Amino acid sequence: MKKELRLMKGNEAVAEAAIRAGADGYFGYPITPQSEILEYLMEANPAETTGMVVLQAESEVAAINMVYGGAACGKKVMTSSSSPGISLKQEGISYIAGAELPCLIVNVVRGGPGLGTIQPAQSDYFQSVKGGGHGDYHLIVLAPASVQEMADFVDLGFDLAFKYRNPVLILSDGAIGQMMEKVYLSQQKERSKVFPDWATTGKPATRERNIITSLDLDPNGMEMHNHKLQAKYNEIREKEVRYEEFQCEDAEYLLVAYGTSARVCQKAVQLLREKGLKVGLLRPVTLFPFPTKRINDLSGQVKGILSVEMSAGQMVEDVLLAVNGKVPVKHFGRMGGIVPTPEEVVENLKSKIIGG
Amino acid sequence: MTEEIIITGFGGQGVLSMGKIMAYSGVMQDMEVSWMPSYGPEMRGGTANVTVIISSERISSPIVRHFDTAIILNQQSLDKFESSIKPGGVLIYDSNGITRHPERKDIVVYRVDATEEAARMNSSKTFNMIVLGGFLKVKPLIKLENVIKGLKKSLPERYHNLIPMNEKALKRGIEIIQKV
Repeated sequence: MKKELRLMKGNEAVAEAAIRAGADGYFGYPITPQSEILEYLMEANPAETTGMVVLQAESEVAAINMVYGGAACGKKVMTSSSSPGISLKQEGISYIAGAELPCLIVNVVRGGPGLGTIQPAQSDYFQSVKGGGHGDYHLIVLAPASVQEMADFVDLGFDLAFKYRNPVLILSDGAIGQMMEKVYLSQQKERSKVFPDWATTGKPATRERNIITSLDLDPNGMEMHNHKLQAKYNEIREKEVRYEEFQCEDAEYLLVAYGTSARVCQKAVQLLREKGLKVGLLRPVTLFPFPTKRINDLSGQVKGILSVEMSAGQMVEDVLLAVNGKVPVKHFGRMGGIVPTPEEVVENLKSKIIGG
Repeated sequence: MTEEIIITGFGGQGVLSMGKIMAYSGVMQDMEVSWMPSYGPEMRGGTANVTVIISSERISSPIVRHFDTAIILNQQSLDKFESSIKPGGVLIYDSNGITRHPERKDIVVYRVDATEEAARMNSSKTFNMIVLGGFLKVKPLIKLENVIKGLKKSLPERYHNLIPMNEKALKRGIEIIQKV
């Protein structure tokens, strides 16, 4: 089917894609650099077209608990924020993961820690892939590198969330949220009229009560629940790894980067190839599950790997685990809202990997 | 073909919207585009800039530090970005309010006195379209007709009556831009 072409900001693309995905509700609270998501939805007013609820909550904590409630009823619900706001939501996210509910969370990351800055960063990687809230849980984490993926991952995110009954996080950043690119929008989907069999939609006489909870006071029961969660995460690790490769076939050196950094690294690969250096880029699309196996395979082929992030070095730990000592792995990053340039990536690959 | 452009000036000069129209025009011409605005503290200080990339291929980094073309509309921006133009690149500037003119010898400098011209045309709001016209003359990557289509796409319909005035401004920009 022919898709509609628009020029949009990443944030606007998320909002429009949510309406078209047939989402039932969005609950948010404004914060730069993601406020356009809420603004766009408010202006589009999908309550009058699809019936989707758009609500500005009184706080981030309220917003994530509205998502918890909506998800418990089997609805397609989402929220979005930027780093400090996502920190506030962590309690709710842990509850939602514990109660095994599907939902979509968007983090348009800005520099931290604390209030930090409003400029783009990738320093929420640990928080996103290693937990963030309390307890042994994982989110499925998608890392868009373009406005097109900001739109596409809304639909994909909802699909994965419902398939695994697990919250999905779109880990974006201020650059992708604020920039405009071409985007092909999919057709409007109808909002679902049927609900999953676990949803709390009122008890008919024909079945037992559905209970949504993250609490089990019996530790044996709680351990069983944890085993079930871990089995689910292992299934996700086996089936849902996604990544993209650029010129890796003959690569002697490898860059690993996601999101905005991956875009910068693509340019760095071009510059390095012009100088005759065989460099490739692996871009993880899912950060959980991480493309561990593919990076391990590539480490048998390349002489060294540079992990590039807008942070002090977080994803590099997962790259190191994947490579398991086979070849040198180093980190290069800028912090506090600064985006590295392709030239800086070139220099750092040369000084840290090729030269060293 | 890839053209990496920065447009920079005061907030209110229409820097971001000029970039947006440029990007839309690229879309109308079936090209890849990216539009990356400054949204940080520098916006609060009264200056605005936007990086627009127009390419026949998939665009890698939307954030670049060296530009093929810089369109510079105030002194602060000239001081900050003159050194960011690639050797052999193009600088387009409006001399209004400029006290220190461009100094580099390894770039091609063009002057488009759009502030003055807009005042003469009695339509200060089309200032940025005069500048854009100048760009079209110097770098004919986008056709004028596609800019008009881009304008139609980026302006809400209630403003479509302003398109002829903008078209006139674009054409005037094409006429008055001069190599320095």
